[in-house]
Amino acid sequence: MSKIVKITKEAAEFLNKIEELSGEKITSCIQCGICSSSCPMVNEMDLMPSQIMSMTILGQKEEILESKSIWICASCFNCKVRCPRELDLAKVAEALRQVVLRTATDKININDIPEDEIMELPQIAIVAACRRLTN
Amino acid sequence: MVEKKSQKIGVYVCHCGGNISEVIDVKKVAAEAKKISDVIISVDFPHMCSELGQQMVINDAKEKGLDKVVIAACSPQFQGPTFAKDLEKAGLSPYVLEMANIREQAAWPHYDNHEKATEKAIDLTKMAIEKARKDDPLEKGELKIGNRVLVVGAGIAGIQSALDLADAGFKVTLVEKDPSIGGKMAQLSRTFPTEDCATCILSPKMAAAGDHPNIDLKTYAELQDISGFLGNFSVKIKHKPKYVYEEKCVSCGLCEEKCPVNITSTFDEGLSKTKSIHLPFDYAVPYKYYIEADSCLRLIHGGDTCGLCQKVCPKDAIDFNMVDTYEEIKVDTIIVATGFDIFDAKEKPEYGFGKLKGVINGMQMERIIVKIAEGVILKELGKKIAFIQCIGSRDKQIGRPYCSRVCCMYAIKQANLIKKMDPTRDVYIFYIDIRAFGKGYEEYYNTAQENGVKFIRGKVSELIEDPDTGKVIVKAEDTLNRQMIEGEFDTVSLSVGVGPNEGTQSIVEMLKLAKSADGFIQEAHPKFKPVDTLIPGVFLAGMAQGPKDIPDTVSQASGAAARAIALMNQGKYYYDPLFAFIEKDKCNGCELCIPSCPYDAISMRDGKAEVNHVICKGCGVCISYCPENAIDMNLYSNEQLLVEVKNAVADKGDEPRILIFADDMTSYRMIDSVGTAKMSYTANSRVIRTPASGRVTPELILRAFYYGADAILIAEPEEISSPYKTSFKEMMKNYNKTLSIMKEVGIEEERLLALPFVTVMLVKFVNTVNGLNNLANKLGPIPKDKREKLVENLKERLFGVRNE
Repeated sequence: MSKIVKITKEAAEFLNKIEELSGEKITSCIQCGICSSSCPMVNEMDLMPSQIMSMTILGQKEEILESKSIWICASCFNCKVRCPRELDLAKVAEALRQVVLRTATDKININDIPEDEIMELPQIAIVAACRRLTN
Repeated sequence: MVEKKSQKIGVYVCHCGGNISEVIDVKKVAAEAKKISDVIISVDFPHMCSELGQQMVINDAKEKGLDKVVIAACSPQFQGPTFAKDLEKAGLSPYVLEMANIREQAAWPHYDNHEKATEKAIDLTKMAIEKARKDDPLEKGELKIGNRVLVVGAGIAGIQSALDLADAGFKVTLVEKDPSIGGKMAQLSRTFPTEDCATCILSPKMAAAGDHPNIDLKTYAELQDISGFLGNFSVKIKHKPKYVYEEKCVSCGLCEEKCPVNITSTFDEGLSKTKSIHLPFDYAVPYKYYIEADSCLRLIHGGDTCGLCQKVCPKDAIDFNMVDTYEEIKVDTIIVATGFDIFDAKEKPEYGFGKLKGVINGMQMERIIVKIAEGVILKELGKKIAFIQCIGSRDKQIGRPYCSRVCCMYAIKQANLIKKMDPTRDVYIFYIDIRAFGKGYEEYYNTAQENGVKFIRGKVSELIEDPDTGKVIVKAEDTLNRQMIEGEFDTVSLSVGVGPNEGTQSIVEMLKLAKSADGFIQEAHPKFKPVDTLIPGVFLAGMAQGPKDIPDTVSQASGAAARAIALMNQGKYYYDPLFAFIEKDKCNGCELCIPSCPYDAISMRDGKAEVNHVICKGCGVCISYCPENAIDMNLYSNEQLLVEVKNAVADKGDEPRILIFADDMTSYRMIDSVGTAKMSYTANSRVIRTPASGRVTPELILRAFYYGADAILIAEPEEISSPYKTSFKEMMKNYNKTLSIMKEVGIEEERLLALPFVTVMLVKFVNTVNGLNNLANKLGPIPKDKREKLVENLKERLFGVRNE
């Protein structure tokens, strides 16, 4: 069964929010797909960069924010230098990450991790995890 | 300015069948106008543009001896030309007519406020009367034109124009930079969508152009300089040496046989070899040999080196001592058909053009296909072939955001042709969008699909060579299925776009033509003057004006020829006397105005500046450069604009008054459209029509404030759509200069606004004017002492020169 994407007011607001945060005019994307084919990480992504662009235009907030792609983006700027509309997709990804981060949810609680595991883990990994996954 | 002491002015107020009279008290307008001195007739009439109305004007002008006529009716853009003709019929100058635009500027936009609309109509009529009082009875300019045409570039566009003109009996000089005519079309295989062989349809035209008694063909020649104007262009042409006497050469080919130097053929796009002495191509016109100087041993080393060709030539046609020669010709009109260049795919290094063996461009593909038909294999195409679209088109990264219009169709054609030659080939086209817009094009696209060409929607990111197989690896997103695809191809053809070439660039500089944002030559009007330029007598044909396919190029070329014929056939050219002039007694010869003219119309004679009336376009930017106020112009004189401004703000009452300077070509039409759309904006606004925004001098703005304006909008065309090249830039200079003086005096800078518009920005205009009105209401009126301070010592402030 095909999925139906509802066109709603919230959807438009989501697009405006991402355009504001990224400073990029996402609606000028022509869906040529060169970002996806230039992306060195595309094989690891669940949504391709071009898909993120078109889904942002439609305001498919949940799917995008739950996707791994925005965290996989390495900000290598390959897409940016090749985009025929000069869009900076790394900025768009950063804006999407910001939206997630600003919900200020703690994905991990340091106290829940067993002490012996903490002793095993590299310190830098713990710090990085706290930075990324906690408020 | 010749102002008669006592004049007879006739004022006619039109009802426009209710359009005006339902909103405006036309009787009151006529009565108010009657009170003004010298107005001997002031009447209202239901339809001024009707036979009766027009006859009334003609009769009054004749019988009562009117000097000036003011018609308060629609926009001068609308019925202005009708009444101007009436004045000519009555024996008056067409330039003593003024139209008060009380329909588009009062009745329509202020339909909701009859009282204010009437007040505005009275003001507009007064402004027109006062302007008319200072109208000179000018005559139309007249220029003699002969029948000589220069066609620059002998591709299909130039050839078509030249043939049309020559057939109509005009004398054509056809100049081509290459040794043969034919241009890019000569290199092509077949033409879409009919698949006729390009050579077969082009060569008869080339031959016709070569033989035509009215066409003087100059190949291997370049333009050095063009000066003068319509009816009197003088053109300097440089002839590059071919080292072969055309009249002696019989094209026997002995020289080529003996020549020891192999070079790559530019005609075959570097895919084949030819000799240093060679024919341009197989069906060249003229069909004569020439030597490419930079490869010939004799021409490089001199002395007695080589010289084999000269020794074997039975006709003694070769001469190594030939040099550049120059000639100067006179022509009446010019057709620019300088063509285009294909995009150099090396600018996009990720596609490996020039490095990877399997990667070619679209033009090379053309040559390969042509040669296959002749039984020559320039390059093995293999079984798997990919076309990549939009290389050098629709790409902001390389400054080419436009669509090249031909690549989709030529790639489809090439795919069709190679598939037909060998149906076992697997052919893919990677595209962003297929633009099959022309007659029969969509059907041709369908043919390709039926032939089994596979279309993948996605732009390829980069091309890599498989080091083992030497094949080219293509990776792209299949955007319709949201998946990545990858494949190995024997040949990848880059469908390169088109761009302006060097020849176009140099002729733009020589003729001072305007360029559009994409770098091609700007036409005079994108809809109604598509083959004209703003330079009278200069027309455009083919790709020099923008990307187009062969049918469009040929139509445009015939159009340009027809436009040139229409001009030359009359033998005379009439033009509006819209030009600047110098008041000699005021000019002190400082030469400041000379560099300000974007058209080089001003020169010095006997220590005084002088404007060439034919070259001058009447933009008026020079006027603000003159510290002595010695420059003035017809139709929009300093005095006229000042008196209009004064009357526009004089009886403003308690309300603030918003003044709008609108340029004739764009903003004035836009304001008309606002009226036509009945979009309401504040009625305490008045519009002053100017030829271009650069005509609005700082002095004019400051005096407007002095007379009583509370806020001013300078509405100007967007820089790229402005017909006048430097008007926008000069406007901004004047604007900033004025702002600094306002700051000095302590007047709020927000009161002066300069904004770019295009004719469709109706809402933006309404919002801007209403915004200015709110602002003026909030700030309150400008105190009298500050207004006076604004115009003190103007000369010193504007030019750093002390008043004497």
